[in-house]
Amino acid sequence: MFLTVFRRMKLLTHNMLTSHVKGVTNGYPLNIEAKDVRVQEVDFNPEFIARMIPKMEYEVLVQAAQSVGHLGNLPPELVTDYENNDEFLKEAHRVMMMVEVVEGSLVCPESGRKFPISNGIPNMLLNEDEV
Amino acid sequence: MFKTPDYSHITSQDCQLVYEPAEDTFLLLDALEKEFETLQNLRPLICVEVGCGAGVVITFLASLLKSDTLCFGTDINYNAAQLSQKTSNQNGMTVNTIVSDLVNALQPRLNGLIDVLIFNPPYVLTPSEEVGSRDIVASWAGGIDGRQVIDRILPIIPTVLSPKGVFYLLILKENKQDEIEDIMNSHGFEMAVVLQRRTGPERLSVLKFTRIDMTYA
Ligand SMILES: C[S@@+](CC[C@H](N)C(=O)[O-])C[C@H]1O[C@@H](n2cnc3c(N)ncnc32)[C@H](O)[C@@H]1O
Repeated sequence: MFLTVFRRMKLLTHNMLTSHVKGVTNGYPLNIEAKDVRVQEVDFNPEFIARMIPKMEYEVLVQAAQSVGHLGNLPPELVTDYENNDEFLKEAHRVMMMVEVVEGSLVCPESGRKFPISNGIPNMLLNEDEV
Repeated sequence: MFKTPDYSHITSQDCQLVYEPAEDTFLLLDALEKEFETLQNLRPLICVEVGCGAGVVITFLASLLKSDTLCFGTDINYNAAQLSQKTSNQNGMTVNTIVSDLVNALQPRLNGLIDVLIFNPPYVLTPSEEVGSRDIVASWAGGIDGRQVIDRILPIIPTVLSPKGVFYLLILKENKQDEIEDIMNSHGFEMAVVLQRRTGPERLSVLKFTRIDMTYA
């Protein structure tokens, strides 16, 4: 059997989440209030990262990495010809795949509504009066 | 050919809170295995299972597609999201679980980007009032014709699927396959039946929807 490694909310996931609280016109990106952040080794798959980059909001990734204190050497702007830049892809891999939030909240930028992250799982459900 | 994910860690206590893998779950696994070549040719980048429950289906998909794919599992039941996380970890897979109503939290970011979407919905015919819970009742309560949750996801499909995207939906005979096909036709999708099986009193089918005309996207 595998040695069980627990996976938590990756910054890649954060990049895809939006708050839909009633009345909010721009619920993206969510601010991260992290209480517990970990970095875990994940196998590097450069091809996957290169395919994923165009689907990312790159600026949001940079901001997110910065806000949890793990920006490292990720360049503030997307480099050209990144598909062939192994050094860049490794950094992007680290930030997207290895930095994980275990406990904390995601905060709606407009309404301030907090969505809890517990055991590494973001809870994006709204109450009945919020939809 | 492919191994069913290990779910020996699931306790009877878990099963009071989360839908236990059952015949419908296994039919979906068999359908995905049957679709393996199609899935491989598709080279999906982003896959989502809505209502991932104990996580066996999305973990299986992750194991078919390896690290070339990003897998999300959503569930309206927090305990299900948590158990899915455990199941994927137990099998050495990465599935990103989110507590969300359908794909709501992933929209609009994943609009047009989901290559494979899977849903084994609450399909049992129940009184309408039972629909909309966030606990184990959400596993089966489908309301009128067992269609009340199914009918909420159908109109979202054209928005969230990528141009070449595929949607797999498990249904019960009483959910009225013909009506579902008509609805999806009107959204520009064609339907195929991947697998059908009779288990006890239930007649289950796994349906597959793809865009009729790719330029429609
Ligand atoms: C029939 S169970 C299937 C569970 C698992 N996928 C399987 O095949 O064993 C249906 C699942 O959908 C979830 N569900 C029901 N309504 C939902 C909704 N609106 N959004 C997300 N998940 C939902 C339930 O909590 C439950 O886990």
